[in-house]
Amino acid sequence: MKIVKTLFPSLALSLALAGGAIAEPVKVGLITTLSGGGATLGIDTRDGFLLGLKQAGATDVEVIVEDDQQKPDVAVQLADKMIQSDQVDVLTGIVWSNLAMAVVPAAVGQGKFYLSTNAAPSQLAGAGCNPLYFSVSYQNDNLHEAAGAFATDTGYNKVFIMAPNYPAGKDSLAGFKRYFKGDVVDEVYTQVGQTDYAGEIAQIRASGADAVFFFLPGGMGISFMKQYADSGVDLPLVGPAFSFDQNILQAAGKAALGVHNTSNWSKDIDNEANKTFVAEYKAEYGRLPSIYASYGYDTAHLLLSAMKTADVKDKEAFRAALAKADFASVRGKFSFGPNQHPIQDIYVREVVEEDGILTNRIVSTALADRADAYAAECKM
Amino acid sequence: MTLLLIEQILNGLQYGMMLFLMAAGLTLVFGVMGLINLAHGSLYMLGAFVCAAVAGFTGSFWLGLVASLIASAAAGAVIEVAVIRRLYARDHLDQVLATFALILVFSEGCRWVFGSSPLFLTVPAVLSGAVTFPGGLQYPLFRLVIIFVGLAVAGGLFWLIGGTRLGVRIRAGEADRGMIAALGVDISRLYTIVFALGAALAGIAGALVGTLQSVQVGMGEPVLILAFVVIVIGGIGSIKGALIGALLVGMTDTMGRFLLPMGFAQIMDPAAARGVGSALASILIYLLMAVVLVVRPQGLFGART
Repeated sequence: MKIVKTLFPSLALSLALAGGAIAEPVKVGLITTLSGGGATLGIDTRDGFLLGLKQAGATDVEVIVEDDQQKPDVAVQLADKMIQSDQVDVLTGIVWSNLAMAVVPAAVGQGKFYLSTNAAPSQLAGAGCNPLYFSVSYQNDNLHEAAGAFATDTGYNKVFIMAPNYPAGKDSLAGFKRYFKGDVVDEVYTQVGQTDYAGEIAQIRASGADAVFFFLPGGMGISFMKQYADSGVDLPLVGPAFSFDQNILQAAGKAALGVHNTSNWSKDIDNEANKTFVAEYKAEYGRLPSIYASYGYDTAHLLLSAMKTADVKDKEAFRAALAKADFASVRGKFSFGPNQHPIQDIYVREVVEEDGILTNRIVSTALADRADAYAAECKM
Repeated sequence: MTLLLIEQILNGLQYGMMLFLMAAGLTLVFGVMGLINLAHGSLYMLGAFVCAAVAGFTGSFWLGLVASLIASAAAGAVIEVAVIRRLYARDHLDQVLATFALILVFSEGCRWVFGSSPLFLTVPAVLSGAVTFPGGLQYPLFRLVIIFVGLAVAGGLFWLIGGTRLGVRIRAGEADRGMIAALGVDISRLYTIVFALGAALAGIAGALVGTLQSVQVGMGEPVLILAFVVIVIGGIGSIKGALIGALLVGMTDTMGRFLLPMGFAQIMDPAAARGVGSALASILIYLLMAVVLVVRPQGLFGART
């Protein structure tokens, strides 16, 4: 935690100093996973968010970055510290839904805005929605719903489905089944952070399925892909972008080539904001951006767009300004539904090789203008 | 179904062998020196990181494996001489505190040298892919190799403890360290050798498992907890106990995660059954440990009570 903090004081300080003359800077607490098997997701989130601020030349935002180590108890402690002693105005950055469930309700309960760069569990989209909570990424089910639709369109009849046993994993399988018309031959919940998938692969081998849908983000996805490639099972794989993000592809290697996955962002979406984002991200960090980086980047721009028209201390005005989503999203079309979750297109991507690097390319649109299944239950 | 069952049994066996490599070193150190070494998981992590680094640098997995063996044994010897040696006379709380400090040092050290992102090893070409048995069963070759390495290490350890001069000394040191020192055996050298041996076993386990899964900071701690469960079940200080305990834990965990969700699906809604089943499966080995502790507090093959 401490290492991370000392990496960024210069940035936070310079942003704060320059803005001091005009108004109080908006304080943002960014809690994300910077160590362990999920570190690449949090690092990308942070880098995307900071790039968004830097690129817009934002001078009145102060960012405090902390590592939650992918542990709910650590995330809660960090949030308490940021709310009580740092007195942040906005919290953001949490990658994992179990951590979000531990932090978000308490944070919005204490009158802080929470802008989600990734985790968006169903519990916070329906009856548990809150005026101070916005999901910039998606609602958890979305990408999996699109994968279900894709599996149906491709003509898979018998699919084996698998996800980790935590809120986003349950949302994942619920989302897939909502749009998949064939038979689910077996559904398996793995442990969060699991690194050995021998047992699951044995079940896949014996299942008689004609395709496998799996949601395993970060290091879990890498371990599974490597072991699957070595197992002798060769059923086609389908998954959300999380299972095939830029970091996983580099580690999984050629085994991933040609695999289809669903995403609301891709580096080849054709709009100015996205071209700028991809080019500047590569220039700044020397690697291709992932979906997590794109969500962080969009979140930064959403925050800045609201700061232009409203003061963060005036909660009602700031909420209204955020809800307008008046910023150029790297996804192109972007608006918020009544439960403050995005309405957006979700695409099917294919893993291809470009200049010796594995990456994703959009092949079709799976769901157009998709909101989510829980908006009707949200009473705000 | 039969093929699936056999494959799951092999998975349980492979998992058990991996746990045995960890638990054997831990139980030797605990049995001979009476030392609780929480840093055993760090030596496992070190083995994995060294293997990944050397394999990445030279392009040879085998060099990586050899390097991990040497590095973890050397690290074991160094920390025994520098830190552990001062702890034998202290009580268990001091040992736990000091070796916990070692975990932090190793973890931050690895993070500093190798970064926070996981590293990945590639299974060498000769061991990659799956083998097909008569009857149609397919199983990844590398996992079979882990089973054989585990069996070979078990055989080697039984021979070492039961059939060599060093083994006689280790057993004597376990029984009465004052007496063996009085008989003119260099007890502190013996301890360094045993500690380095345990560290080497942890390092080789880390390298093998790291190849299969991923190499990351903190990978040792979950395995360490399981290794403690194994030696508590098997009986502290017993290699035989470590082997049987490791196989029991490996089988129970693998079979639990496989059979429990299926079992619950017979009596309740399938989707809920999967959630309940997999949640229950993850506590199964601790239940096993609790039962063993109630029935046989000294462990299955433990001499001490």
